Amino acid sequence: MESARKNRPPFPWFGMDIGGTLVKLVYFEPKDITAEEEQEEVENLKSIRRYLTSNTAYGKTGVRDVHLELHNLTICGRTGNLHFIRFPTAAMHRFIQMGRDKHFSSLHTTLCATGGGAYKFENDFRTMADLELLKLDELDCLIQGLLYIDSVGFNGHPECYYFENPSDTQNCIKRPCCLDNLFPMLLVNIGSGVSILAVYAKDDYKRVTGTSLGGGTFLGLCCLLTGCETFEEALEMASKGDSTNVDKLVKDIYGGDYQRFGLQGSAVASSFGHMMSKEKRESISKEDLARATLVTITNNIGSIARMCAVNEKIERVVFVGNFLRINTVSTKLLAYAMDFWSKGQLRALFLEHEGYFGAVGAFLELLKSSDDA
Amino acid sequence: MALSGGAADRGSHSMDKSITLPPDEIFRNLENAKRFAIDIGGSLTKLAYYSTVQHKVAKVRSFDHSAKETDGDPLYEISVQEEITARLHFIKFENAYIETCLDFIKDHLVNTETKVIKATGGGAYKFKDLVEKKLKLKVDKEDEMTCLIKGCNFVLKNIPHEAFVYAKHADSEFRFQNTHPDIFPYLLINIGSGVSIVKVEAEDKFERIGGSSIGGGTFWGLGALLTKTKRFDELLQLASKGQHTNVDMLVKDIYGGAYGSLGLTGDLIASSFGKSATTDKEFSKEDMAKSLLHMISNDIGQLACLYAKLHNLTRVYFGGFFIRGHPVTMHTITYSINFFTKGEVQALFLRHEGYLGAIGAFLKGAEEDNPNQYSWEENYAGSSGLMSASPELNPVQRARSGTFDMLEMDRLDRQLVNLPLLQDPTSYIPDTVDLTEDALAREYWLYCFEEALDGVVKRAIASQKDQPEAVERAEKFRQKYRHKVQTLRHQPFAYGSLTVRSLLDTREHCLNEFNFPDPYSKIKQKENDMALKYYLKVVTSVEELSWEQRQFTLVKGLLAGNVFDWGAKAVSDVLESDPEFGFEQAKQQLQERPWLVDAYNQWIERLKGPPHKCALFFVDNSGIDIILGVFPFIRELLVRGTEVVLASNSGPALNDVTNSELQILTEKIAAMDPVIHAALKEDRLALVQNGSSSPCLDLSRLDKVLATVVRERGTDLVIIEGMGRAIHTNYYAMLSCESLKLAVIKNSWLAERLGGKIFSVVFKYEVPSKAQGQH
Repeated sequence: MESARKNRPPFPWFGMDIGGTLVKLVYFEPKDITAEEEQEEVENLKSIRRYLTSNTAYGKTGVRDVHLELHNLTICGRTGNLHFIRFPTAAMHRFIQMGRDKHFSSLHTTLCATGGGAYKFENDFRTMADLELLKLDELDCLIQGLLYIDSVGFNGHPECYYFENPSDTQNCIKRPCCLDNLFPMLLVNIGSGVSILAVYAKDDYKRVTGTSLGGGTFLGLCCLLTGCETFEEALEMASKGDSTNVDKLVKDIYGGDYQRFGLQGSAVASSFGHMMSKEKRESISKEDLARATLVTITNNIGSIARMCAVNEKIERVVFVGNFLRINTVSTKLLAYAMDFWSKGQLRALFLEHEGYFGAVGAFLELLKSSDDA
Repeated sequence: MALSGGAADRGSHSMDKSITLPPDEIFRNLENAKRFAIDIGGSLTKLAYYSTVQHKVAKVRSFDHSAKETDGDPLYEISVQEEITARLHFIKFENAYIETCLDFIKDHLVNTETKVIKATGGGAYKFKDLVEKKLKLKVDKEDEMTCLIKGCNFVLKNIPHEAFVYAKHADSEFRFQNTHPDIFPYLLINIGSGVSIVKVEAEDKFERIGGSSIGGGTFWGLGALLTKTKRFDELLQLASKGQHTNVDMLVKDIYGGAYGSLGLTGDLIASSFGKSATTDKEFSKEDMAKSLLHMISNDIGQLACLYAKLHNLTRVYFGGFFIRGHPVTMHTITYSINFFTKGEVQALFLRHEGYLGAIGAFLKGAEEDNPNQYSWEENYAGSSGLMSASPELNPVQRARSGTFDMLEMDRLDRQLVNLPLLQDPTSYIPDTVDLTEDALAREYWLYCFEEALDGVVKRAIASQKDQPEAVERAEKFRQKYRHKVQTLRHQPFAYGSLTVRSLLDTREHCLNEFNFPDPYSKIKQKENDMALKYYLKVVTSVEELSWEQRQFTLVKGLLAGNVFDWGAKAVSDVLESDPEFGFEQAKQQLQERPWLVDAYNQWIERLKGPPHKCALFFVDNSGIDIILGVFPFIRELLVRGTEVVLASNSGPALNDVTNSELQILTEKIAAMDPVIHAALKEDRLALVQNGSSSPCLDLSRLDKVLATVVRERGTDLVIIEGMGRAIHTNYYAMLSCESLKLAVIKNSWLAERLGGKIFSVVFKYEVPSKAQGQH
C-alpha cells in the first residue's frame, strides 16, 4: 500500500483520446479524500474537480455522459468515480486555452493522450499552455481500455451486449452478456473512419484493414444532403426516414427475388440507386436521405467486417466507436447483417462505453507509467 | 461515321425520324442474318447477330498434265470462287436510336427464319413490347449474369489482347495482357448500379460470391443529389477536375502527418466526406464528385481484394457501366486494387467489356451451332476498336456519343491451340516490338505502311485486271486502310497492342473486305513456275559438294531464297523493276559471315551429331524461297533421317505460300525428285496448315491438327523462316526443343535498329537448357 501510494501519480488523473471529430476525456474523481488531503489540495486542483463533477455540459459543445459514469472503482489504491466527457476536436484550441487559464501546468501532472490529435496538437499544448503530452498509440490504448472496462463491468452489469433474434425486427432484443474469453476477436472501431483489428491476446493484435467510410462519412454526407449540423440531428432524422425510397432494391430491378443467385427481393441492390431519377430526387425527404446514408454506411462496414472475420477465421466481431452512440439503427443493422450473411456463424457484440476505450487506455497508461517508476 | 449526311435521299420512312443510318457501314450483312440477341442497358443497346459473308477466295487447282507436258503451260490454275464464312456482328448504340434501328433491321431482314430474339440487360423488360412489335420476333429473356460470364469467357478465349491493365501516367495508358491458355479461374467484378462479384471456374461453372450496394448507382444517385448534375458522364467530368482533399478528412488532418507505426501515409483518406461534417463552408461540385468517386472506387477495390484473397484468385476483371471505357474510374479502381493488395493483384479491364452481355445472350441462343467449338477472330476491318482515351487528350472521344460502335468476329475453319513446344505458354508473346510502347518504331512503321499503300492498291487492281470495278473497290480499300492507319496513329491501342503483325493483319482483313482475297496469286504462280525449272539444277549442284560446303550452300540458299519477298518494300521495288533478279544475284546481296546474328558454327556442330527425330518448318514465301531454298534444305534433313513437317498458311497473305499451293508444288517436286517422292510416300514428309492467314506467326494460335502432328511425331527441331515469322514475331520465343530462326533483314530501318545494314542475316540457333527442356 505504502509503495503504491508513493508511486502513484499526483491528481488529477486524466486520459484523453483526440480523434478526427471528437475528443474523449476520462477523469477519475477520488471519493476517498481525507480531511488532511483536502487541506493539502491546491486550489487549482479543487476547482478542476468541482468544475468537472458539478456540471454535465461544458461550454457550448462539451458533454459529460453521466449515464456511463463508473462508480466506486478502486485504482492504485484509490477509490472513486470514472467520468466520461467528450467535446468536438474543433474546440481543441479553446480547451488548451482553458488549460492555460487554469494554470494546469502548475499541477505537474502527466497528460496522457492518444489518437491522432495527440500528435497534431502536441506543439499547441506545449506553446500555448506549457503542457507536455505523453503520446500513446491509439490502437494499444483502445485494446487496453476495452479489456479493463470489460473486466470491471458496468456498475455491476456486464459491459457487453448483443441482440437476440437479430433477423426478426419485432423480437430483436438487446441482451447483456459476459464474455468468458474475448479472444480471438475482430475489433471494429467506427470513429470518423473505421479501423478493423484482429485481437488474439492482450498484447497480440494486428490491424487487418480499415475503411474511410465511417462515422465522419455519415455525418458529412448528411450535412451536405439535409443541411443538418450535428450527429444527434442526423440520427434523429434517420430514425424517422425510410431508406427504400432512396435505395434501389433487388425487387425494384427483378420484380422479386433474384433466384439465380439467391438474393432476396428486399436486399439493397444499389444504394441511392433511385436517386438516378430526377423525379425521385425532387420528391425525396431529408429523413429518407438521412436514413439511406446511415444504412449505406452501416451495411458497408458490416460487409467489410464480415469478410475480414471470414478471412481471419474469427467468429466474434466486436463493434465499438462513437458512431454507435445513441445509434440503435446501426447496432441492430450490424447484428442483423452479421447473422444473416454468415448464416448464423458470426455474432456481433457491442460495448456500452462505445467510444471511450482509447481514452480509458490512455488513463491506464498514466497509472502504469507511475507503477514502473 | 456520324449519323448525319445522306439522310435526304433515303426512303420516305425515315423522313419523320431525327436520325438515319448509313446502312452499308453499320448493320452489315443483315440479309443473311439469323440468331439475334439484344442487350439493353441503362443507356446503350447492344445488338448481336450471326450472319454469313460471301467471300471471294482464290483457289488453286492442279492441271491434268498427264496428256502432254508443254513448257508454256502454268503449273496450276487459279480460280476465284465464292466461299461462305460465318461472321458475328455486334453493334452498340444509344438507346435513343433503338426504334430507328429496329425499323431499319425489319426493313432489311429478308432471308431469316429466325423466330426469337434473345434478350438481356435491365432494359430488356422495358423495351420488350417494342422489340416484339417491330421485329415480329418473340423476346426470350436470358439471365443477365449468365450472359455476362458467357460473353466474358468468349472474348478471353478468342481475342488475344482482350484484357489490359490501365496506367494513367504511363507512355501507353493501356498495357495489354497475353491471353492465358487457361482462362479459369477468375473473378469478375461487375459494377453496374450495384456491384456483383462472381467467381468463374469453368465454362458453365460460376458463382456470385458477393456483392455490394455501393456501386455506379450510388455514384450517380448520390452525385446527382450533391452536385445537381444529372448525367453520369458529366459527374465523371466534374470528378476529374476536383480535389478530394478539400472534402475528405485525411490521416494528416487527424495526425498532423503520417501515422507512421501503422504505415499509413498522411495523404491517406481517413474519413470520406469527413471535412463536410466539421467545416462550415461551401464545397465545390468538383471536389464533392471527386471525393465520392474515390469513396466508391476504394470501397469496391477493397471488397474485390477481400474476395480475391478469400478465394485465392489473382485474375480480377472489372466491368459494368461504371467502368465502361472511362479512364477516370479505371484509374481510381486500379489505384485502389494496388493499394489494398500492395501490388499483388492487378485490376484488369476488357476491350469489349460493353459487349459481354450481348455476346453471352447470342451464345445462349446459338447453342445448337456450337459456337464454342470453333475458334474466332476479331475482324480488324469491321471492328471499331477501343476508343477510350482521356477525353482531354483525344477529342475523337467526345464525338463518340451519337456514333455506332462495332465488333465483328469471323469464325475460323480450324480450331486454334498452342504450339505444344512453347516453353512457357503463359509468358509467350508473339510480337517482338510493342509499337504501343515504342513511339519511334510506331512512327516508322505507320509511315512505312502508309507509304506502301499505293503499291498494294496497284497490285490489288493488277490481280483482277478482268474486273473493271476492281479499281473502285481498290480505292475503297485504300480509304479504309488509310483511315485505320490514321486511327492507329492517335489510338495505337485500338485493337490491343499495336505491332507490325497487327498492321499487316489489318491490311489483309481490309483487302478481304473488298474482295481482294489474294492479290499475289498470279505472281506466286509465275514465280513457282519459274523456280521449279531450276529445282533439279540446284539440287544436283549441291549434291556434288563436300559435306561442309553442302551445308553452307544449303543454308545460304535458304537465306537467298528468303530475299525474294514481295512483302518487303525494298525487295518489291527491285523485283518490280528487274524481274530477272536471280537466285545467284540474291546470294551475292547477302551479308558475308559473320552475320548479324551468327550461330552457324553451333548449327554445323549439331549436324555432326545424330539426326533430329522430326523437324517442323514454318515456311515463308512462294517461288524461289520455298522451291530453291526450303526444299533442298529439308531434302538434306530427310536424307539424314529426320522427318519433316512443312507448316504453311491456311489462307493467303502477301506472296506467302499457302497450304494448297504447297500441296501442288510438293507433288511436282516429288515427280522430279525420288528423295522427296519416297519421303512423301513413306510419310516422312508431311504438309500441314498452320491455321493462319497472316504473314506473321502467333505460336499460341495454331491449327489443332498441326499441334497433334507435332506431338505425335516427337518434333525436336523447329525452323522458323522469314522476317514476318522470325523477326517481327517469335524472335524472342522460347521453345522447349532446338530451334532455328533465320531471316534476311530486307528493311534498312529495322536492320539499322538491330545494328546492321540492309540484307543483314539473322541465323539464330537455340538449344533450351536441360532443366527447362525436360518440362
